[in-house]
Amino acid sequence: MSDWPGDPIEQLVGLLARLPGLGRRSARRAALKMLMQPDRVMLPLAAALQAAAAAVQPCRICGNLDTRNPCGICRDPQRDRGLICVVEGVAELWALERAHAHRGLYHVLGGTLSALGGVGPEDLAVQPLLARIAGAGEAERVEEVILALPATVDGATTAHYLSDRLVGSGVRVTRLAQGVPMGGALDVLDEGTLAAALKARRDL
Amino acid sequence: MLRDFRSYGALTVAFTAPIVVVSGENGVGKTNLLEAISLLGPGRGLRGARAAEFGRRLPEGPLPWAVAGRFENGDWPAFDLGTGTPEGGAPERRVFRLDGAPVRSQAELAERVATLWLTPQMDRLFQDGAGDRRRFLDRLVWALEPHHAREVAAYENAMAQRNRLLAAERREGKVADPAWLSALEDAMARHGVAAAAARRGLVGRLNATLAGGITGAFPAARLDLQCGTAAALDSQPALAVEDELRAAWAANRRRDAAAGATLEGPHRADLLFTHVPKGLPAGLCSTGEQKALLVAVVLAHAGLIAASRGFAPLLLLDEVAAHLDAPRREALFAALAALPAQSFLTGTDAAIFQPLRGVAEGFLARPGELVPDSDLPVPGAG
Repeated sequence: MSDWPGDPIEQLVGLLARLPGLGRRSARRAALKMLMQPDRVMLPLAAALQAAAAAVQPCRICGNLDTRNPCGICRDPQRDRGLICVVEGVAELWALERAHAHRGLYHVLGGTLSALGGVGPEDLAVQPLLARIAGAGEAERVEEVILALPATVDGATTAHYLSDRLVGSGVRVTRLAQGVPMGGALDVLDEGTLAAALKARRDL
Repeated sequence: MLRDFRSYGALTVAFTAPIVVVSGENGVGKTNLLEAISLLGPGRGLRGARAAEFGRRLPEGPLPWAVAGRFENGDWPAFDLGTGTPEGGAPERRVFRLDGAPVRSQAELAERVATLWLTPQMDRLFQDGAGDRRRFLDRLVWALEPHHAREVAAYENAMAQRNRLLAAERREGKVADPAWLSALEDAMARHGVAAAAARRGLVGRLNATLAGGITGAFPAARLDLQCGTAAALDSQPALAVEDELRAAWAANRRRDAAAGATLEGPHRADLLFTHVPKGLPAGLCSTGEQKALLVAVVLAHAGLIAASRGFAPLLLLDEVAAHLDAPRREALFAALAALPAQSFLTGTDAAIFQPLRGVAEGFLARPGELVPDSDLPVPGAG
């Protein structure tokens, strides 16, 4: 294998290694696998990449990635339009979809507030969310906003910020519960999670 | 067992007595040995060093290192615990193994081993600022409540963000988003009150343990947490204290922006020490008495750990005995003998440990090795 710059193999490995979950070693393995079978693996992959790059775009309503705009979820007539679940990114949206537990719509914020990271409200899709709630017609009135944000300082700050901005909008604001994971034993839980679970206990 | 750790090439030694004495000249590796033991517990050890610094140094660079120990504790099943940087792995990545299996979290470690220490560097605690005493207290809390470190870090993170927003406002004249500030102040209030409550709880328990006479004839100390938030918890429920903090921070944004810092809150807490027999604050005590204050607090902490965890902590006292006069030294030895802990003492003069004959086992430290001290044989072994 040559090391000179511009070498297509090295370039391919370098690009693959930038993907999440792939280090240089696994990028090299993936590249080799493709190069061994260019017709069966590599060219179809290249065509699929090109097609996806051309067709997929962010939904203008919720920010989800889809080939249609508005996306399939926003178009789905079966979905409860009065229920919007706010998520940090598309990965979280897809995770919730896999759980089949949310029957409403979504709103992708595109991050969480971080003064140290230089991410302010204007860098997130906060204004579009407020406009979406204020602009909904009588038939599509938003009843509840579910804040499904990470249980970190930045996630909690963003949730608090959004609930503050939504005061007076007439919508109910809720957040995901925090506590004992499904199938989890209590004695291995850290004290912080246990305390949160106790605080959020409910009647049986 | 040590391998390529600091000044040690390879060392295997058994410490069977409840008190272990290591004496030797300066620079032969006594503190390195204590540091190795301290690394078997959670955290970064008694020097707070990074993993890449521990490897024995050759001209071509530091070697991969390992520290391992077998713990036998009365009726408990024995276990093997090891830590180090693996051969061929990154020198800054330290791993733990418990009975050969990887250890997933520091919390798992904390359930088996607790190490606490007193080093000559800690003598500055009374001259330095409140921040060092607060961190000293936080380490004591953390040893008993592992999630305390997360509360403190979350509080400081939210406060740093608030300061950043206020600084941008001062610099650029752009008014910070009040909803963003109040969201950060909410996080500060929740995490700050939790941290203050944990500190207050521990100070109360330490004072109760000290008042209970755990130090024996050794002079006791009394601790006083100087923190408005902790004091407010004496008379109000935590939620009310959180509300007060939120209101105070919201009202003082202009002032804090001008000062460039958050001027009030649990991050301003200080820990005051009082020498009980003399009724004197630490600042007015002699250096020997200040040392005694720290020893008393560490003894009480060891007692608390033993009581709450159900196993004996490892207590590492580096160059402690030399600062004390003979009567206090003997009082310390008696208190250590009664303590539910295994204690390690170092010193340059083997003779001062002679009163421990029959109680402690002694070693003489030489460069890279430990030799049994015939003047302090293993107790009960003839």
